[in-house]
Formats: sequence, C-alpha cells, structure tokens
Amino acid sequence: MADILVFCEVADGAVKKSARELLGKAQQLSDGDDVTAVLLGDSLSGVGDGLGAWGADKVVTVEADVLGSYVPGAYASALFQVVDDEQPDVVLASASVIGKDLLPRVAALAEAGCASDVVDLREGDDGIEGTRPLYAGKVLANVSIEDTAFFTVRPNSFVIEDIEEKDGDVEEFEAELEDDYGYEVVSVESSGGDTIDLAEADRIISGGRSLKSAENFAILQSAADKIGAAVGASRAAVDAGYAPHSMQVGQTGKTVNPSLYIAAGISGAIQHLAGMRTSKVIVAVNKDPDAPIFQHSTYGIVGDLFEVVPMLEQEFANLD
Amino acid sequence: MNIGVLLKQVPDTETRIKINGDADGIEEGDIKWIVNPYDEFAVEQALQVKAAVGGEVVIFSLGAARTLDAARTALAMGADRAVILDDDGYAGSDSLGVARALAKAAQEEGIELLFAGKQAIDDDAVQVPQIVGTLLEWPVATAITSYEQDGDSVTVKREVGGGQTEVVKVSLPAVFTADKGLNSPRYASLPGIMKAKSKPVKRYAPGDLGVDVGADEAKVTTNGYHLPPPRPAGRILEGELSDQVAELVKLLRQEAKVL
Repeated sequence: MADILVFCEVADGAVKKSARELLGKAQQLSDGDDVTAVLLGDSLSGVGDGLGAWGADKVVTVEADVLGSYVPGAYASALFQVVDDEQPDVVLASASVIGKDLLPRVAALAEAGCASDVVDLREGDDGIEGTRPLYAGKVLANVSIEDTAFFTVRPNSFVIEDIEEKDGDVEEFEAELEDDYGYEVVSVESSGGDTIDLAEADRIISGGRSLKSAENFAILQSAADKIGAAVGASRAAVDAGYAPHSMQVGQTGKTVNPSLYIAAGISGAIQHLAGMRTSKVIVAVNKDPDAPIFQHSTYGIVGDLFEVVPMLEQEFANLD
Repeated sequence: MNIGVLLKQVPDTETRIKINGDADGIEEGDIKWIVNPYDEFAVEQALQVKAAVGGEVVIFSLGAARTLDAARTALAMGADRAVILDDDGYAGSDSLGVARALAKAAQEEGIELLFAGKQAIDDDAVQVPQIVGTLLEWPVATAITSYEQDGDSVTVKREVGGGQTEVVKVSLPAVFTADKGLNSPRYASLPGIMKAKSKPVKRYAPGDLGVDVGADEAKVTTNGYHLPPPRPAGRILEGELSDQVAELVKLLRQEAKVL
C-alpha cells in the first residue's frame, strides 16, 4: 500500500514510453492506493490525456516557459513543489539522462532518501524496497529508504503486461518558479549517434572493431531499422574512430538494458559486458569461436558479420 | 578563483569484487585503490581553470583515512591543498549525508566553482554533485564534455542521449560534473609527487561542520549484497550460415519472444 508519484518525461509533445513501465509498476506496488503522474513542460495541453490507460489515477501538469527545456533547477523546484503538495510515499522516475540528474535534487529538497538505477522494486517489510547494481553491475544490493522514498528505475526493468485503466484526470498545478536558474539551454545539436536513445532502447545491435570503418556501421543501422533497434558500439570501435562516443556501450560508455542485444564482431571484454550484462537476450555473432562473448550469450553464430548481418536484415524484413 | 574538486577513492576497475561476510560491503583486503576515473577529468579541468584565471584548487574528499592517498594524487597533479573528511562520524552516510558534508566544507573554504566526476564507479549513484549544488543553491551541469569560461559565464556541452548534444550556458558559482572526453588528465610528474607530500591537508569533523551525517541520519540503507544470477549456458547454432540465421530469428520470435 503506497501512494506513488511518477515523473513522466515529455518529448516532442508526447509522454515518453518509459512512463508506461513506471506507471504500470506503480499500479502494482500501490496496491490500491493512488498513482499520480506528473508532467513538466511549457506546452502540456492534452499531453497527459492518455495516461489513465497506463494506470494513472490522476495526472498533475506544471506548465511554465522556464520548463520548455531541461533546466535542472526549475525542474527540481517544480517537481519538489508537487511532491510537497501531494505527499506521496514513493516517487519514481526513469533512470534516463534527465531522471538520474533530476531526482536526487528533488529528494534533497525534500530532505529524503534517493536510490538510483534500481532494477527491481517490491514491497518490503517497511515500505517499498529496491535492488540496485554496484561496481558496474558485478554486485546487486537491496536498498530500503525511510520515509518518502525516491527511486530512479533503469529503463526496461519491468515487463508490464496488464494495466487496469484508471481515471487519469488531469489537474494543473501552479508552481512558483524563477525566470532564471543560472542555467540556459542555448541549443541542441546532433552528435552523430543513433536517434534512438541507447540507454532506453529495447533492442540494440552493436558493432565492434571488426566493422573496420565508420561507413560499415551503416550495415548494422540497416538491419536495426527493420526491427526498430538502436545501434551501439564497443569501446574498440569508438577508439578506432568508427563510431562516436555517444554510441559506446560499456563501463566507460552507456549502460543498456534491452530485451534483445545483438553483438556483431565484439569479443566480449569484461568492460563491454559491464554495460549490457542485464540484457534479457544476447546474440553473439563473431568469426572467432573462442571469443568470450559466446560464454555470455543466449544464442551464438560463429560467422563473419559481413555475411550474417545482411542475412539477419533479410529475415527481419520478412517478419510480419 | 577558489576552485574545488570533489574526489572519491574507489577500487580499481580490474578488482575482483568479493562480498563481505555481512553482505553489506565488499572484502577490502586485496583491493588496489585509485582516484575515481571520472574525478581525474574534474581535477584536470580545475587545474586548467586555475591556469587561465589564477587562484587555488582545493581537493575535497570524504571517505576512510586512506582517501588521503587519492587526494595526494590530485595534489601531485597540481592541486594546492586538500580537505579530508575521514572522521568515523561520516561512516554510513547516504548520498544526502555525504553531500551535506561536502557542501558545508566547500562553503567554509570559500569555494566559488566546483568540479566533480559524473559518477563514482563503485556505487554508480550519480547523486552527490547534484545534491551539493542543490544545497548550495548553485546551478549544476552534469556530464559535461566541453568547458569554456568567460568571466562568470561558462558554456558547456552535455550529451543527452538520442544522438543529441546540449549547449548550455551556466552562471557561476556553479557545479560541473565531468564526463570522459572533457579533457586529457595530466600525469603527476615526479617533482609533483614530491611536492604533494607537503601540501596542506585540513580536516573537518561532522561537529565542525554542523551537518547531519552518518548511519543514524541516513535515510537510505544498502545491504543484502548478492551476485547477479548466472546466465544459463547459451547455444551456438550450427549448420549452413543462412539456415543458422533463419533459425536464430525463429528462436528470437518463438522461444525468447523478443521479436
């Protein structure tokens, strides 16, 4: 039993799909108590309308010009004011770039505890408990939080099947915000990586140094496009200049948690595994039958990625 | 400028992690301790700012007594002095407690600009720098990959996923957390290492700072350490390559149900 507040990110005028996983899980954990979605932005009219179907009993929107881009101080203040008003037992956000940056600030304003990047949430003896990875995922630990508990949740941690549709009534909240938080997003540039956010992607095809060139990554992109997958890279490929750092999966790159991870021409160094070890299904494609990646994969194909990946693309294209 | 750097001592990334008897930490016997790799970018950036505008670089580190060794590495790189928070009273602090102590110490030392690494590679919490900024009421820009200062105005870049980079303008005083690619951290020279031994080190106990820290004040308890469940042995497919690929996709759809 817990009243749960869920911070739902908005991008391009729509609620991001990460919210469905969080709201669905919140409904399970709330056990009959309230699930409230919170949206922040500068133009939210109609944006929160579908959230009842994802399990929100209520949707609180905070609309202000300063919330038009991610200004952490403004977001933290706005979300804190809603938390202070609603007094939930638990506050959830996705462990996305924004979520991981934002939630500790809100928890601090509330003088509350926050645990980041949890991969599980459940009812414990004294409230909701979580499990989080430590040491780049080599160890898992239980976290319990006294009083109001803030958690950021690693994307794709929960498979949410049935959600009971709720009212999802939208309520506007007037937050007291400054015009200036000493922080201005001047512009957003394309940095050359995939447009699908790797850390949130449910399907990923990654390439290693065997791709031999930046141009060859197009082979992976082509296959990825057929199944809506994001494209990642190993550190070796990035260091060789075949892919930008934003595409790097691994200990010094991104941590990913997809249902499907296809590693093409990646040997499987510990540092790479650290970034994708929680993937539900791992497929390895490598010319070298002794590549360590095969020890960590669900399915393996010993073969040349330049032959296998185009074949995969063909098969993907034939899926209905 | 009085420039501060938040620095954490962590186990080397190659360390074989063994869970301790109480399952509330790891065995520390064989660990090689290092400066948190992301903090090296922070120290380097602080030194570059000092070179540009003058001032002092102060290292702040909260941890066990051995954390002084990590701070000395930064002193050897060129930082001027260290503030070490190693009193037993800090033990068991959660991120909020740690941040309270560091923020107060930075305030006591008159810091005007703070750098930190984007995350510590032991707990991967990604919390303390944001909380420090929140407590100081300073803006915090996280995971920056470039830094340009013009008086009190700083322009930084941050990668925000989805192949996008934000260009952000921040007013000082502020906190910046460093991502890989921000700069190339310099190596400590031998003269630097020698000089580091006699650079000033100051300590503050929790009572000196007047902050709520330690296990008693912590809201977050982390225990029950366990290993991730082992992945069951996988399957290497066989046969003609084209047949293998067809079989794979069938398995992904029907057996694994991920397509």
